[in-house]
Amino acid sequence: MISNMRAALVIARRDYIATVWSRAFILFLIGPLLPILFGVTFGSIGAKMQDAPTPVIAIIAPPDAGQALVAARVRLTETFGAMVPDFKLVSPAGDAIRQGNAILARGEAMAVLSGVPDRPTLRGSREMFHSFGPEIDWILNEIRRDDAFAKAGLEVPAVQLTRLPVAEVARPAEADRALVARGAQLLLLFLTMILSGMLLSNLLEEKSNKVIEVLAAAVPVDAIFMGKLIAMLGMSLTGITIWSSAALGAAAIFKPGLLMALPVPAVGWPMFVVLGVVYFMASYLLIGALFLGIGGQAASVREVQTLSMPLTFGQLIVFGFATAVIEQPDGLPAILASIFPWSSPYALLARGAMRPELWPHLLAVAWHAVAVTAIIRIGARMFRSSVLKSGGGGLRRWLSRRSAKAS
Amino acid sequence: MTQAFAIQAKGLVKQFDAVRAVDGVDLAVPAGMIYGVLGPNGAGKTTTLRTLLGIIDPDSGERSLLGHTDPLKAASRVGYLPEERGLYPTMHAREAIAFMGALRGLPLAEGRIRAGRLLEEHGLGHAARRPIRTLSKGMAQTVQILGTIVHEPSLIVLDEPFSGLDALNQGRLEALIRAQVAAGVTVLFSTHVIAHAERLCERIAIIVGGRVRFEGSVADARGRMQPVVTLVTRREHGPWQDALPPGARRDGRSWTFDLPEGGIEPLLARLIDGDAGIEALSIERPGLHDVFVDIVGASVTKEMDAVEEAQ
Repeated sequence: MISNMRAALVIARRDYIATVWSRAFILFLIGPLLPILFGVTFGSIGAKMQDAPTPVIAIIAPPDAGQALVAARVRLTETFGAMVPDFKLVSPAGDAIRQGNAILARGEAMAVLSGVPDRPTLRGSREMFHSFGPEIDWILNEIRRDDAFAKAGLEVPAVQLTRLPVAEVARPAEADRALVARGAQLLLLFLTMILSGMLLSNLLEEKSNKVIEVLAAAVPVDAIFMGKLIAMLGMSLTGITIWSSAALGAAAIFKPGLLMALPVPAVGWPMFVVLGVVYFMASYLLIGALFLGIGGQAASVREVQTLSMPLTFGQLIVFGFATAVIEQPDGLPAILASIFPWSSPYALLARGAMRPELWPHLLAVAWHAVAVTAIIRIGARMFRSSVLKSGGGGLRRWLSRRSAKAS
Repeated sequence: MTQAFAIQAKGLVKQFDAVRAVDGVDLAVPAGMIYGVLGPNGAGKTTTLRTLLGIIDPDSGERSLLGHTDPLKAASRVGYLPEERGLYPTMHAREAIAFMGALRGLPLAEGRIRAGRLLEEHGLGHAARRPIRTLSKGMAQTVQILGTIVHEPSLIVLDEPFSGLDALNQGRLEALIRAQVAAGVTVLFSTHVIAHAERLCERIAIIVGGRVRFEGSVADARGRMQPVVTLVTRREHGPWQDALPPGARRDGRSWTFDLPEGGIEPLLARLIDGDAGIEALSIERPGLHDVFVDIVGASVTKEMDAVEEAQ
């Protein structure tokens, strides 16, 4: 008999090549681009909306009052970046109300401001009042204040602010680390969910191809499961390498200072990256082994779909449990989340961001190895004992047996 | 070291829920011969083979495959063609054969060389680099059979190997099986088509309801039933009728009965003396098919009786 590891590698090699050389892998690689494309698309729509013609307010006022308004508007928009309609100066010509109504009727402006500065009157739609009313008030107050200062002969000198740059300013470390922990947990969840789903589909393909019996006759089922896990792990690490290289490259080109600006996790970035890879592998193997064990019982696509929904919810619950570490890294829920195999990688990764000690990670990796081995063993035993029998309905049969026992 | 028996099983039992698929099977497959496992559909043949190969574990009983009680320890010397054929649709034919060899410990590079040679020998050289999904069913099945033998096993187990093959490919497969046995390989195959077993097997086991109802040589199986005599006389009636064995069935001037224990000669003498006017006489040895039907029928009747008794 060839060794279990060699058999697993033969299967892993086949699965890896079949997966990486498929069109599905290209879709898998461009998957994360979709949210980015989504963002870019909506961003450009937003930009286009910003590029739309700026609304105009007609100002019926003498030239000096009109210029004062325009100057105040520029100060407001340039200092605070406020959105204020363009001002169009119109020289007064007779009755201001009639003149303003004519401007509005011709659609030359969305509102008309007259009576400046003593009795200002703004005419226009209620929406316009709601959108720009406070800004117009601010501008009118500004020019009235300037006018009052000028009349009183007062001149307010500009403040000379002395700016002293300091090399390092301490930021609240806990908050920054919590941010890193949360981001890392989310990334881990995202990757694990995508890949464990692919693993389930892969096993189903095997069963529908009827190849599983050829494999099971030649090598132990444990080796088949291990081979599939290794293949998918290799495939996912390939994907992650490509994604992270692309992301780092894009960051280096478009946002050179971005990486330096990221908050530093408690164990430091190099160790945190190592832990990230280790916990991704652990999380994937733990979930993958469970998926294989349960998915091995399924006899059809429908059964796999039925299974995948509760398993996905289970992952989300486990993830929620693991976020306890961010709130209280040393609290009881955090410790329990670190011990429970499926939440442990999330919890420990967050711990790496929050706490500098490394010994819990060594302990966790050993624990994950034991858990993965045990889950694969149990899954393989279930597979051998109940799945390969003439006729289908593995899961259905198992469930009906359970319900029969329960009743 | 060569074993006298390639496969041995004693009291194998495998139960799925309420169904006892294998119910105390005893088997001994001598090395270097073609052994057939016969049985009607659902008799437990596939489960027996899977249990013997270690794909599934028995609930009780003992098994030994090429001298190993853990069948997977002998996996590198065993080739297996499952009843439900399975190949990766996107894999090339040559690669598929090499992969099946690699699963049994054959290095991939060597597997590819052998696969190419086997495909050429079996008229599929042109398909070596074609994906399995583009091959006809017969071609794909041939590829899988070649994958079963690429690592040159000592024992080949074939589950319903002839199903899905046309007459031409069935003949090719029979030739391949004979060639393997001539090279010293043991071949065990299951079938519910008796003609294949009759042509190929030296020994057979007939399984019905998960139990072995007969185990022995094909000649022994045939010997279980008496040859059948068919006699046609010119006269319909006469005192010569008393010479016919009890239970002889009459159809006009034609009589059918089992060959008497003392042979045909004493009966012939009496018929001639009685002036029966023998027009035609034939003695037919029963075929394996008759034996199979007899055994399966008897087993089913016995089981039905048992069920009735239990009720």
